Amino acid sequence: MTEQTPISRPGSLADAKMPKASRRRFLQGAGAASLGLVVGFHWAPRNAAAMTGRPEMLTAFIRIAPDNTVTVLSKHLEMGQGSYTGLATIVAEELDADWAQIRAEGAPADAKLYANLAFGTVQGTGGSTAIANSWDQLRKAGATARAMLVAAAAQQWKVPAGEITVARGVLSHKSGKKASFGQLAAAAAQQTPPADVTLKDPAKFQYIGKKVARLDAVAKSTGKAQYALDVRLPGMATALVQRAPLFGGKVKSFDAAAAKAVPGVLDVVQISNGVAVVAKNFWAAKLGREALQVEWDDSAAEKRGSEQIMAEYKELARQPGLPARKDGDVDAAFAGAAKIIEATYDFPYLAHAPMEPLDCVVKLDGDGCEIWAGDQFQTIDQMNAARVLGLKPEQVKINTLYAGGSFGRRANIVSDYIVEGAEIAKAYGKAPVRLVWTREDDIQGGRYRPMYHHTLKAAIDAQGNITAWQHRIVGQSILAGTPFEAVMVKNGIDHTSVEGAANLPYAIPNMSVELHTTKVGVPVLWWRSVGSTHTAFATEVFLDEIAAATRQDPVALRRKLLAKHPRHLGVLNLAAEKAGWGKPLAKGRMRGVAVHESFSSFVAEVAEVVLQPDGSWKVDRVVAAVDCGIPINPDIIRAQVESGIGFGLSATIKPGLSLTDGRVDQSNFHDYEVLRIHEMPKIEVHIVPSKEKPTGIGEPGTPPVAPAVANALMSGTRQVFRALPLPEAVKSA
Amino acid sequence: MAVTFTLNGKSVTLDADPDMPLLWAVRDEIGLTGSKFGCGMAQCGACTMHVEGEPVRSCSTPLAAVEGQKVTTIEGLAGKVAKAVETAWIKHEVAQCGYCQSGQIMSAVALLSSNRKPSDGDIDEAMQGNICRCATYVRIRAAIHDAARTLA
Repeated sequence: MTEQTPISRPGSLADAKMPKASRRRFLQGAGAASLGLVVGFHWAPRNAAAMTGRPEMLTAFIRIAPDNTVTVLSKHLEMGQGSYTGLATIVAEELDADWAQIRAEGAPADAKLYANLAFGTVQGTGGSTAIANSWDQLRKAGATARAMLVAAAAQQWKVPAGEITVARGVLSHKSGKKASFGQLAAAAAQQTPPADVTLKDPAKFQYIGKKVARLDAVAKSTGKAQYALDVRLPGMATALVQRAPLFGGKVKSFDAAAAKAVPGVLDVVQISNGVAVVAKNFWAAKLGREALQVEWDDSAAEKRGSEQIMAEYKELARQPGLPARKDGDVDAAFAGAAKIIEATYDFPYLAHAPMEPLDCVVKLDGDGCEIWAGDQFQTIDQMNAARVLGLKPEQVKINTLYAGGSFGRRANIVSDYIVEGAEIAKAYGKAPVRLVWTREDDIQGGRYRPMYHHTLKAAIDAQGNITAWQHRIVGQSILAGTPFEAVMVKNGIDHTSVEGAANLPYAIPNMSVELHTTKVGVPVLWWRSVGSTHTAFATEVFLDEIAAATRQDPVALRRKLLAKHPRHLGVLNLAAEKAGWGKPLAKGRMRGVAVHESFSSFVAEVAEVVLQPDGSWKVDRVVAAVDCGIPINPDIIRAQVESGIGFGLSATIKPGLSLTDGRVDQSNFHDYEVLRIHEMPKIEVHIVPSKEKPTGIGEPGTPPVAPAVANALMSGTRQVFRALPLPEAVKSA
Repeated sequence: MAVTFTLNGKSVTLDADPDMPLLWAVRDEIGLTGSKFGCGMAQCGACTMHVEGEPVRSCSTPLAAVEGQKVTTIEGLAGKVAKAVETAWIKHEVAQCGYCQSGQIMSAVALLSSNRKPSDGDIDEAMQGNICRCATYVRIRAAIHDAARTLA
């Protein structure tokens, strides 16, 4: 996985994870056209039919069929976050379509047409960028398609285009002429797209900001939605892979005789990542894998356990790390402090555990390859599959289906499961192959949220002000060793390790944020909200420890420190108000707050925790306030915040992963527990009205919940909580 | 060994390994893919089917165990309760990634078939075996209460 992988232009993929200042510049640059202005359109000279080779396309994103359906091609994966509906809403708005005629489907892999503009030249989904990077692009696409429909009607009716109106999918002229989109679609596709289009005045939005029905609701409520696991091709075989029990282990030798003796097993093939059993169905492949004998070469494997690794991290944290942020003179401030507060925070490895384990279907034919997957990194996966198959990327066709969750897992730079599928299909060679990971493969297969250790230290003056803040983070880099290291790791700082900490918004004059990047053989990856999964906890819990030590109200302290950050303040004040902050609580009930920005969206959450006399506790209610710019679909925003809170709460109360002598101790949902319905709190989501460009909401609901819950427990028990997960039972106050 | 059972109202006979889990028999041998694989050990509920009207985890039910039994999958759901649940699921837009929802719906239909007015506690008990990693639990609860109201 080296030189064959596409490297995007310098600084491009970094845009997805870059520090706030440069991210803001990027967003301004990408969205230079302000609302309501006439804007250029970069592929104007050629029409989409020619670009895509599909005569029915009006733009690269819009197809209108004679049956009057409008299909929006989504360059982003639908993995539950509502991208299909949200992106189609933007198109429908500018197109003046009827929502009932709108459909959505995954776009093919094509970086020229479908790159994530936040990732440069890569087509992929992540970093809560789908809406943000598509906003201007799809508004223009919708307006362009509308203009082409109008031009076609003007031509047919021999009337000036300016006299034609469009509403709910119908074009009309005062002469009484009317036509549907479907009736004009073929003629519209022949029109040259206009060089400039006028975007709608936001005051006239009829879909954006309102509730429109989710496009996938019916298919996903009737068992009809298609995932990679559901693909059935003639002759298709199913493969399971036996991977090394230790990370970094290699196949020394294997004996396939017993596996091949299992009825239904078709072949046993070695691939770079292990040994695959290919069978006529899942059950035979599973029995075959159980019968397989593999001897492993563990000489280069990671053999440390997580306790040992954490002990090493704690030792490292005693030394200064590389600077990720340096404001003022921290040492001088500590020397002159009236009081110094210190704390450390620990975070375990976490598996993503999407409900649909990794899977894909790979079909090889004479001159190419076709892949079906809930594909999150289309052009990277295309490139990696092409490399192992000896094909050109354009010979690999990717069909992006719904993904049964991902939370980051399917977006990996080495395309682990796609490469496995391609290698097996090539080695087997006789039929299309469906690769399935079992849940055990998923929990033990690596690419986890890294384990981290944080140390924090604050200097307090005689008046109780925070004069210095020193934050040291120890953990693995997600990007080191990948082709993106060159562009996304600057001066030794992987931004994904320090995001949420290096851009701490609080007004503290002297600040130092440092990073120790460790080398561990456990593969790691971004996990819903990435760096903020740990930085939000460390910073927000530490701030409450300071508030307690200086006898300040946690909300009042935040207000004071956020005076220059109106969007943080906006969500903080709204959440506090709606949660009844400051109002007395019933006995055993306690409240905690946290506010955090991630992916340019702002979220504050107030958690209400109920403590039982035996020390057990439960989160009863979470009140969230969010500011993600113009809300495209408020109900999907609420759904994503509910989901983000549930996902974050799972890691707040359930143990993470541990390793003993390099082996993962957990294997399935019985010992890698996740949140269940009886543990879900009541949730209220309040959306701050905004005219800012829309930003993401798939991830930002996750970071604040764990610190809000810990802060609630701290306020009610006067104990400190410095590690995730939180203890199941606490001492009563 | 051939196993004969009723699937969604039709008699089927499968000549397959009797130990093969019902889930994989229905998915791979019969081709109905609405029931999902999530864990393979009855921990997550994504594979939930009804056997004689009772919710079972089909990933851990051997094919031989349903000999002569009536099996229903999401594709074969019918009747007032099923319709009410499906309607409520769509109305509340419960599904996000959607992968677990067939199992959630099968468990919800079984609950409402035996308890027309479930309390929050009843819902917790009946639905605790169904994991949703998107944590759509708030809406699952709301949709079950809503379906119960339409059935009252």
